[in-house]
Amino acid sequence: MVSSAKTVDQGPNRGLVEVTSAHEVARNPGMPLDLSVVQALRVNKSAAERRVAALPGRRSIKADAQAAWLLNAVTCIDLTTLNGDDTEGRVKRLCAKAVTPVRPDLLAALGMADRRITTGAVCVYHRFVACAAEALEGSGIPVAAVSTGFPAGLTPHELKLKEIETSVAAGASEIDIVITREHVLTGNWQALYDEMRDFREACGDAHVKAILATGDLKTLRNVARASMVCMMAGADFIKTSTGKEAQNATLLVTLIMLRMIRHYQTMTGFKVGYKPAGGISKAKDILTYQALMKEELGRDWLRPNLFRIGASSLLADIERQLEHHVDGAYSAVKRHPIG
Amino acid sequence: MNVASYFDTMSYGPSSESDAQARQWLAGNKHQFGHFIDGGFTKHAAKSCFEVNEPATGKLLAKVSLGKKADVDAAVRAARKAQAGWAALSGHARARMLYALARMIQRNARLIAVLEALDNGKPIRETRDIDIPLAARHFYHYAGWAQLSESQFQDHAPVGVVGQIIPWNFPFLMLAWKIAPALALGNTVVLKPAEYTPLTALLFADLAKAAGLPDGVLNVVTGDGSTGALLVEHKNLDKIAFTGSTAVGKEIRKATAGSGKSLTLELGGKSPFIVFDDADLDAAVEGVVDAIWFNQGEVCCAGSRILVQEGIAEDFHARLRTRMSKLRVGAPLDKSIDMGAVVAPNQLKRIKGMVEAGVKAGAEIFQPEIEMPGSGCFYPPTLLSNVQPTAAVATDEIFGPVVVSMTFRTPDEAVMLANHTRYGLAGSIWSESINQALDAAVQLEAGVVWINATNMLDAAVGFGGKKESGFGREGGREGCYDYLKPLVWSKLPERAAAAAKAPAAAGGYEVRAVDRTAKLFIGGKQARPDGNYSREILSPKGKVIGEVGEGNRKDIRNAVEAARGAKTWSTRTAHNRAQILFYLGENLSVREREFAARLREMTGASAAKAQAEVEASISRLFTYASWADKFDGHMHLPPIRGAALAVPEALGVVGAVAPPEAPLLGMISLVAPLLATGNRVIAVPSEPHPLSGTDFYSVLETSDVPGGVLNIVTGDSLALAKVLSAHNDVDAIWAFGSPELSKKVEENSVGNLKRTFVDYGRRIDWHDAAAGEGELFLRRATELKNIWIPYGE
Repeated sequence: MVSSAKTVDQGPNRGLVEVTSAHEVARNPGMPLDLSVVQALRVNKSAAERRVAALPGRRSIKADAQAAWLLNAVTCIDLTTLNGDDTEGRVKRLCAKAVTPVRPDLLAALGMADRRITTGAVCVYHRFVACAAEALEGSGIPVAAVSTGFPAGLTPHELKLKEIETSVAAGASEIDIVITREHVLTGNWQALYDEMRDFREACGDAHVKAILATGDLKTLRNVARASMVCMMAGADFIKTSTGKEAQNATLLVTLIMLRMIRHYQTMTGFKVGYKPAGGISKAKDILTYQALMKEELGRDWLRPNLFRIGASSLLADIERQLEHHVDGAYSAVKRHPIG
Repeated sequence: MNVASYFDTMSYGPSSESDAQARQWLAGNKHQFGHFIDGGFTKHAAKSCFEVNEPATGKLLAKVSLGKKADVDAAVRAARKAQAGWAALSGHARARMLYALARMIQRNARLIAVLEALDNGKPIRETRDIDIPLAARHFYHYAGWAQLSESQFQDHAPVGVVGQIIPWNFPFLMLAWKIAPALALGNTVVLKPAEYTPLTALLFADLAKAAGLPDGVLNVVTGDGSTGALLVEHKNLDKIAFTGSTAVGKEIRKATAGSGKSLTLELGGKSPFIVFDDADLDAAVEGVVDAIWFNQGEVCCAGSRILVQEGIAEDFHARLRTRMSKLRVGAPLDKSIDMGAVVAPNQLKRIKGMVEAGVKAGAEIFQPEIEMPGSGCFYPPTLLSNVQPTAAVATDEIFGPVVVSMTFRTPDEAVMLANHTRYGLAGSIWSESINQALDAAVQLEAGVVWINATNMLDAAVGFGGKKESGFGREGGREGCYDYLKPLVWSKLPERAAAAAKAPAAAGGYEVRAVDRTAKLFIGGKQARPDGNYSREILSPKGKVIGEVGEGNRKDIRNAVEAARGAKTWSTRTAHNRAQILFYLGENLSVREREFAARLREMTGASAAKAQAEVEASISRLFTYASWADKFDGHMHLPPIRGAALAVPEALGVVGAVAPPEAPLLGMISLVAPLLATGNRVIAVPSEPHPLSGTDFYSVLETSDVPGGVLNIVTGDSLALAKVLSAHNDVDAIWAFGSPELSKKVEENSVGNLKRTFVDYGRRIDWHDAAAGEGELFLRRATELKNIWIPYGE
């Protein structure tokens, strides 16, 4: 995601804009908090539900296209371990899987042997950032660290900034921060904006993904407003969940967050990325998520610089589906290397 | 394309539903069909048949017989033969049959869905996910009404043998909407599917036979408009149920006038899609997709007229154009499309022509640059903005994937623009404010209103129009009544023709009473008749007992204007209307003797009979005063998180031509239910005995009835009824009297498709409360609006 950033002048209204050469996506610099925009946001839940309910019937991805879309999903996975019992050994095993997520023979059979198919990143707690960075060295796969008192996000603000800086220093080039849900639940948009702005600044060149913990926010209107405020404050990605809330990523919150990304792009011209996390474990589901990305935002949002999937068990199901595509027989998890 | 190229482009690739089984079924029938009559298929009429083509490719699917008189006769005969036995079955027995049909549809769902997509051109997604499941749901729902029919409709009998004519846009779903309630309530059916799309009806008949449907209960006669006309004109049918265009609906109304055939019409629309500035705009944009790019816009209730609040119009249109660029148009069996083929080249031509005219009239056209199939009957999703109401595209149904857009400034202007149409089928309202949304929903002149939603359909919720979008409801309890007739009205005696009377020669001298000239009563004021002629009113012995004004067309015009102006009557609280009706009863009772004497004088009735009529009239006023705040509709239970409110609404301005008999009670029996439910009325009192009617206006004057709510015009009933029934600002007409009166009223009603309530010359016993008052009348005095209210935060 971050590679040879350079700055270009895009005119008097845009100011200095960073452009990453790899995928040509200018980094969102943020904008002043505009409460009139935030407060005007409306979400109709029933209508949103109908949209996501109808989508799988409107877009069907089969055969070779399906294999391609599944491989694409692999390249967007933030392969994740965020457990209390994580160890260096566990993290190294995960990193190995990130480098070789799909059996080379399957890739060859799919005609994709010459493509670099790795996961989008590896996502760990700060403690394992250095270990992961070392394990992934030379692979080009970034290390993402969850941060800012993940998952509840209730540690002192100064410590959160320190935590970000420490992870970046340890080799994390992506930081998944959690927002203070209280700010959303009490409508304190200024506080949310300020917090996010500080996180973004602390990240420096590392890209920042703002975890909204949508399961805690409960209403889609809260999700919409929190999304908008975080983007205004400079989030590179908005992300649904820590994986620890009672409700993780859903197509419904995805729809709303994607619409906010589109709205923000219309206002500012900047593309913000999206990361659903938690709860996506089936290959079929990720096809629908990708279709939704394509329909609501477009093809650009199907690349790892604008789309990530926070998942741990999804990859195993994708591998099974790919093998099924290659030889026509249903596969088993144990036929694919463990991650 | 291979995996790598898909990986690079992230395009969808082909994903096509197999048509093997559907084609096998067609091949099994040698691609040719007869009619389905009396439980079997007739021989294919090779010499008189027509081709059914696949709109996506233009290729021949099958040859289908063109129904001629002999076919229609045979089908009606078979249905007639089967009807008594079918109706005699227990509700439970019919429920079992409908249940079996529902299960049969589910078992064969994919075959039906694929055949439907091939035949109509619509996407397999829609037939598979919407049409066929809804059709099965309809049979389940009405299996339930069959089961409950004995307890719920014990005062009703089946209408009898029903001719049903259905359109090509939802061939199978419309079949279900028609057949399920008809059969559930004991009717038998002759169904004519649309010329373009008869195949799933034939498949249904085939499968229904296998599922055990008794012979003759359902007959399918294929054909074109000429076959439909044979049904409409058939002497041995009890009802016609039609779904299709308003133009054909009007022809059917005219053709069946005076025949006594019951009639329901589900016709066209130009339904408003109102976007307020506090709407979830992305949701509303998606709503437009479901409103007008569902079924290629070939939907009678399509939200084809966007009304967007001026301040957000630019934003809304920009979002809509972005969304349109993501729509996919392609082969109906492609599982990744949003729109398939338009049904036929003729329809495509019509759409193209209307859009061209719209652009010429100044509309701004937007069609996204999306891939379109190279051949076949396809038309791109189209937005016409900056459309002026003077353009034909703004007022006429296009029946294609074309939406027009206009702006409004304020909520009242939105409602005004929305209602400014001859149609009244549906409406869609987008606002996140409950006040704004419900306020608009109540004011829309439409049979179905969706709040923050569109094109939602369910068997439990009545569907049908107001104004020139037709009458009758399909779905729910309300849909049952259209296939039932009240038992108390099923054997009414014919009314004896009135003998012309000549005034008796004056004999001797008597002291004159003070002259009292009855006037007309218009807009709350006594008014002299426009023509300034009077007619003499005679006693049974031929004595002149008074004169009344000879009302003419201008008096009717004035009365209609007064009634139109009294619109607040409809929005008053029901309690307020109840109070006034009670008060009318009270004030009539004060003058009981006087009214009784007048009845005796006019009709020669005995004192006891005359008094009984006045008392019954007072009671009738009390009955409807009582009903005013109790005839309160339903909350339906469709499968959504939300409610669908079935709200009985006043018809509007109604003409009430009172029967000749029961001069006081007859008029009050018509007027009171109309007033109780919020209608404004132009009453024409009994032609031979109008003086009770004119006496009644002084009761009105003392009873707080606002001016214009009830107007009284005396004169020649038939002549006045002709003017009333032809008046295009009258919403409904009730007329009781001669068969000729019924026929004229029904014929004349076509101008604006008035709701009519006539007796075909058969006399209701107004003194019998079971026949002369109550819900039978209240249902005729109102029309249900179903307001869908999905909710959730």
